[in-house]
Amino acid sequence: MSNMIKVGMADLKLCKAPDAITTLGLGSCVGIAIRDPVTKIGGLAHIMLPDSTQFANNTNIPKFADSGAQELVRIIVAAGGNRTRLVAKIAGGAQMFAFSSKNDLTGVGQRNVDAVKKVLAELKIPILASDTGLNFGRTVEFYPETGDYIIKAVGKGVKTI
Amino acid sequence: MAKVDLNNMEGVYFDVLREIGNIGAGNATTALAQMLGTKVDMHVPKVDLLDFSEVGEAMGGEEQIMAGIYLVVEGDISGSIMFLLEKSSAKVLVSRLMGTGNDNPEGDFDEMELSALKEIGNIITGSYLSSLSTLTNLNIYPSPPDISIDMCGAILSVPAIEFGTLGDKMLLIATEFTDDVKLEGYFILAPDIESYDKILTSLGM
Repeated sequence: MSNMIKVGMADLKLCKAPDAITTLGLGSCVGIAIRDPVTKIGGLAHIMLPDSTQFANNTNIPKFADSGAQELVRIIVAAGGNRTRLVAKIAGGAQMFAFSSKNDLTGVGQRNVDAVKKVLAELKIPILASDTGLNFGRTVEFYPETGDYIIKAVGKGVKTI
Repeated sequence: MAKVDLNNMEGVYFDVLREIGNIGAGNATTALAQMLGTKVDMHVPKVDLLDFSEVGEAMGGEEQIMAGIYLVVEGDISGSIMFLLEKSSAKVLVSRLMGTGNDNPEGDFDEMELSALKEIGNIITGSYLSSLSTLTNLNIYPSPPDISIDMCGAILSVPAIEFGTLGDKMLLIATEFTDDVKLEGYFILAPDIESYDKILTSLGM
């Protein structure tokens, strides 16, 4: 019997096969899915902002791309994932409205995607597939068993990356 | 030191923000009634400071399809305001306004309907902001609106990220309008932290 684990906004969780893990309605946020393909231990992070070092109040680890990805790797390894085998898939980072508020949030979706790519490169975790940008929301489901990352968007059907 | 800390908001500040929410939503309801040419009742709005993970749930789930109308706010305060309503409520509103009678909750909006909806959002948020401006004596200028019809969670990510730069909670004002059908609308006013201080200072806090 497998379960579907739910990850909220600014949240991250561990997931072992045969369970699957989901986050609903990613907008400008990014869903980072990481797994070890051998032990089939993985997890999903739903990050909101690119860089924890830009903020004095940054204790909410899963809120940021850098600290969120690092923490996700830490818990996967702690649960028995092999650090050197980890691979990632990412989705989200849309620009939901044609413009954004002035306070340095212009294109925050794209900046989230860039930050996630940067931190995963630093962690030497290859990104096998991504579905990012554009102007619509995404619900994602990640299956550590197969590595399938299923993406659902309103009026755009379902695809697997 | 900023007066407002979203993570530890003191009761009195929260009460003030709640009252601003009440007055703003009341004004917006009046504007809606004028637009529709009918009497519209409003229930006392619910104002909550919610964790990010709770917000989608509060609106009926992150995958609920909603219409979100978003405006950037400038002037003495800066930030943004968003008005959200369920897609089915949006259909009803647009059909009333345009007199099309096409309030089938399924199906997409055509260009004309989207434009009308944008204007509804513009008027409703405008009247909300004008009551805030009158109350605080601050100049508040909204940008032209933009609209998104998508999953609630995705639309909310935009103000949530703005609140995310300040803390780990967001302020949600839920209003129920009733004419002969019940419409639930939500306001999210996301000012930056200095603007919260300005609003409170201008009210003598």
